[in-house]
Parts: sequence; structure tokens; C-alpha cells
Amino acid sequence: MSDAKLDATSEHTGCACSLDASRRNLIAATAAVGGAAGLGAAVPFVASFTPSERAKAAGAPVEVDIGGMQPGELKTVEWRGKPVWILRRTPEMLASLKKTDDLVADPESLRSDQPAYVKGEARAIKDEYLVCVGICTHLGCSPTAKMALGSESGISDSWQGGFLCPCHGSLFDLAGRVYKSMPAPDNLPVPPHTYLSDTRLLIGEDGKEA
Amino acid sequence: MQKQAQQLLDWVDARFPLTFLWESQWGKYVAPKNFNFWYIFGSLAMLVLVIQIVTGIFLVMHYKPDASLNAAGVPVAFASVEYIMRDVPGGWIIRYLHSTGASAFFVVVYLHMFRGLMYGSYRKPRELVWLFGVAIFLCLMAEAFFGYLLPWGQMSFWGAQVIVNLFGAIPLIGEPLSIMIRGDYVVSDATLNRFFSFHVIAIPLVLIGLVAAHLTALHEVGSNNPDGVEIKKQPKDANGIPLDGIYSHPYYTIKDIFGAVVFLFVFAAVVFFMPEGGGYFLEFNNFIPADPLKTPPHIAPVWYFTPYYSILRATTSDFMLWLGIFVLVVGGLSVFSLRHQLAKLAAAGVTAVLLVAFYFLDAKFWGVVLMGVSVLLFALLPWLDRSPVKSIRYKGGLYKGILAVFVVCFVVLGYLGILPPTPVGTIVSQICSILYLGFFAFMPWYTAMDKTQPEPERVTWQ
Repeated sequence: MSDAKLDATSEHTGCACSLDASRRNLIAATAAVGGAAGLGAAVPFVASFTPSERAKAAGAPVEVDIGGMQPGELKTVEWRGKPVWILRRTPEMLASLKKTDDLVADPESLRSDQPAYVKGEARAIKDEYLVCVGICTHLGCSPTAKMALGSESGISDSWQGGFLCPCHGSLFDLAGRVYKSMPAPDNLPVPPHTYLSDTRLLIGEDGKEA
Repeated sequence: MQKQAQQLLDWVDARFPLTFLWESQWGKYVAPKNFNFWYIFGSLAMLVLVIQIVTGIFLVMHYKPDASLNAAGVPVAFASVEYIMRDVPGGWIIRYLHSTGASAFFVVVYLHMFRGLMYGSYRKPRELVWLFGVAIFLCLMAEAFFGYLLPWGQMSFWGAQVIVNLFGAIPLIGEPLSIMIRGDYVVSDATLNRFFSFHVIAIPLVLIGLVAAHLTALHEVGSNNPDGVEIKKQPKDANGIPLDGIYSHPYYTIKDIFGAVVFLFVFAAVVFFMPEGGGYFLEFNNFIPADPLKTPPHIAPVWYFTPYYSILRATTSDFMLWLGIFVLVVGGLSVFSLRHQLAKLAAAGVTAVLLVAFYFLDAKFWGVVLMGVSVLLFALLPWLDRSPVKSIRYKGGLYKGILAVFVVCFVVLGYLGILPPTPVGTIVSQICSILYLGFFAFMPWYTAMDKTQPEPERVTWQ
């Protein structure tokens, strides 16, 4: 700033007035009230970031016909905008879960997201059908099925079949359990689900939680 | 005629500091006379900013941020980009200018930052110039990220999915926070619309403000130069110009125009002959409309994010042990070197807290932290560098070697970030991540140990 400008401003602000306590309190009060009003005004703007009523309502359960599924077949359905996998496991696939028990990070799914009625290594109501959300617990990519066994899979010579997340390389076994030392911390979540009949599966509702 | 023009200028100057602004910001701004090739990237960044804003304004006239499906079953947003490419007259060139401009921005800015590293442009008294610059870099990353969702292709969708989920890794508030960013439980129409808003107005406004602050701060303290000599400390001539100073106009005006012409040759060559940049500027998977049910077999961010993406990927639970050792070494060294008792205590405390937190919180969370930290560490450079000289010309072999290692690590991390994850790649990226962090963390020690040559009184210039 040029000197001329400095001189110009000091004419107006250069006064060394004595402190007036009541004015200072007024300034503090004005600042406090103004600040509170500003915070209040921010509420609707922040609120507008949260999911709308329409987004909240779009969570209806999905009914799936699993009657025609072949052993080893994988089916993907959309529930709440996410892929849900239904894998009809063969006896060999179920047997492989015993072998992967020692390789996975959370074999009993103690810290993973799943309903109470899904327990053990199979993580299913009916062992034959794995139902899980096909979204990696690391950063939300959808893993790819890698069903070829051993060296054919290109993963390892002892690969038992499972899923590989293309984004950061997390590996999951045929129960959606994450292998040890992977970027993903937890097993793939199992959504609430229930069997309406032998061939009809309802995803998103189990009648057990309100 | 000339008289009338002068009268008009006087009339304006009496009401608005036009001449003052022009002279202080460029016309009579005195810069060192020894600028070299590396000093072109600042003005080029400005040029690219203008290209992005102008092309952006025209793209918004035809683009629709709408994730719903049209009659043909294609998302409206994706279809509107195809419409711009095929049906809007001149649309294809405007869009290619914009998409190439995004990559060009990062090319230019990375080189601009490297110039700063080489010549110590962040050193006192230019700390604020540097900090505004780091903020610009962050804004640029945000701008690129938000913009990348808009074409609503597979890479747009899954890239946004991954990055928004990064915030989910923060303990306690992470999940609600990522829902708030998306405005939905998944990346959806709500996400697309808000990213559009951020991309076209919020971030550009901040960006332009920061650019103004960056330049104002620079023109206040004066430019650094390849010798790191402070020309303001030199004797001045009759006009008050330091011995090694020249006016930006016309000298650097001509230089910058020349640089812009060369740049535009290369830029136009990319726009016209390889707008997809071999899949690096426009990724091939992004020509497929977004499918929330299927992640492409290989997803990678655009090239300019890959060094940081690699650091994220490198942070596995195995890596936490190495990171723990690294923090222990840096913390121990700090406790040993710091003079004040209180500072020693603080360093020991921070180290202990970090080590405990490493043990209890997921590697996933630390990956996110490390990625953020590796960008933000640049902001600390003015206070980490203890060398008595600014420029690499007078620094010793130690610093030169370490800077070279840092650059190699940055490039290797960038390269690995493009590839699918492999066990060997993970180990290499872990080594590079540690070296990257080490460049900053050990800087106070190696810059102090480095055998420097004395800075000259005058700049080197033929």
C-alpha cells in the first residue's frame, strides 16, 4: 500500500480513544448473537446433505426365485442399490471352508456384519446357499468371482475358489470371509434375509427385527 | 488519441486502482533476471485454469447431471456426454479440451511443485506463497475428483465409490460422514448432483480465490530464482530496482507467451491426435455406463492420483509393523534432537499415542490417513528444511541424492497405482511409501548434515 493511502486511512482510525467497557460488552454480545444466528442458518444447509426422504424410502426388500439355480451358480440381485450375491454351494465348496478356516482373518465372523441367525464357517441359514452383499468391506468395490481352483485361478496354487476384489486385491473365501492380512478388515456382510419357501428367498427382511 | 486514452485512464485511476494493480502485480513487478525453463509452469497453470473455466462453461450448457435411465436404458448423464461428443456442433473439441486440460493441469502443477522443491521456493519468506499453493493443489485434486464422476461411466462410479468410502474408515463418524457426502446409502443421483454443484461452482470459486492469494503473496515477497539469491537484499539502481532484477513486463511477458505457444502445440497435438491419452487421460472403462452391480475387473484412478492411490494400497496390516518402526525411529530421533524439555516430551507423547493407535485401529484407516498425510506433508516443507541455502545448485550430494530417490519413488508409486495389485508390486510400493515419507520426516536432519556451498552475492547469468 502506498504511503498516501496509509495517511488517508489513519485520519479515520488513528484515534487513541479510551476503552469504553459498555461498548465492548455490546460488541461481544452482538458477535455472540450473530454467531449463534449464523450457526442456526447453517442447519438447513447441513441437513440438506443427508439422505432425502425419497432415498430413505427406497429400501424395499427384494424377492428372489432360487429354484432354477444350478450347484455352483452365482446370482446377483440388486437390493438398496447394492449387489447381493446368492451362491449355491456344492459339497466340495462347503468342504473347502474347513481348509480356509486357518487362512481367514475372522473365521467365526465374530466382528463381521451379519444377523445372529447366521453362524459358523458357512455363514448361511441353509449351508447350501450363501447370501451376502457383494461389496468389499475395504472401500466398497464389488469383488469378482474366482471359481477356478489352484494355479488356474492365477491367485495361488492352493486357491480354493472365492472372490477377488479388483480394487485393492482383497481375497474372500466361498463364505465371503476375508483372508488374513488383506486391505479389507471384515468379512462380506450378510444382509437380513429369510426363506419364504424352498425356492423363494426374501432379501432385506427377516421378520426377526422390527 | 493518445491524450484521450491517458485521460480515460486517469479518470479510471481516480476511481479504481487499475494502474496500481497492473504495476504491482505484473507491469512493474521486479523479478530476478535469471529465471530458467522451470519458471514457465506457473503461468502455464494459469493458462490451463482459463482453458478449464471457459470450456467448462460451455460444457455445462449441454451436460445433464441425471443418473436416471433414459428411454434407451442409458443413464441421462452418460448419454448427455455422448450427445456433446456426437451431436453438439464443436462439442467434441470443447470436451476434449476440458478432459485433456485436466491432465495438463496436473502435469504443469507437478512440474511447478518440483521447481519449488529444487530451488527451495518454499523457504522463508515465501511460506505463505507455498501454503496457498498446497491449498490450490488440494482444491485441484477435489475438483478433478468431483469432475470425474460427471460422465457417469464405470470408472466414474467406482472411483467415487472407493474415494467416498475412504471417509468411512474414520472411526465413529466415518459411516455417517460418507452417507452425508453421498447423500444416499450408495453413490446415486443425489451424489451426482452435488458433485456437479461442487465441480462447477463451489471448488472453482475457492480455487480462484486461492490463486489470487498465491499471486498476491508472491508479488508481496518477490520471486525466488534458480540461485536462491534474495535480490531484494541487493543494492538498488536509480529506479530502485535491485542489481539482478528486471520488470516482468515486457521481459517475462515475452518469455511466458513463448512458453504458452510451445505448450499449446503439445496440448493441441494431444487434443487432436490422442485425446484419450492411451487410456490414461480418458480411461477406456469410462466409456461403459455406470453399473452399480459390477465393478470393472481392473479399476485405477486417473494417472495423477496414482502415487497416492499406491500409498493407500500399500498400507496393509503387515505394513503397520514397518510403519510403527518408522514412527519409532523418527520419534526417537526427534526426542534426541529437540532442545526444549517440553518439545521432547511432546515428541515422545505423539510417538507413543501413534504406536498405540497403530495397534488398535485398522490398517484400512491408516491407509486413508497415510494418503492424506502424504499430500499434506508438502505444507510442512518450509519448517522441515534446515539447509543454509535454498537452491539445489548449492546443496550437497546428500540432498541431491535424496531428492532423486524421492522423485523415483513418486514415479514408481504412480506407475504401480495404474497396475492391478500384485504381491511384488505391494512390497515395492511399501518400500517406496516409506521412502516418500522419509523424504519429509528426516529432512531436518539430512538438510542440516548436507555439505553445502555458499550462495553467491549475485545470480548466475549469461
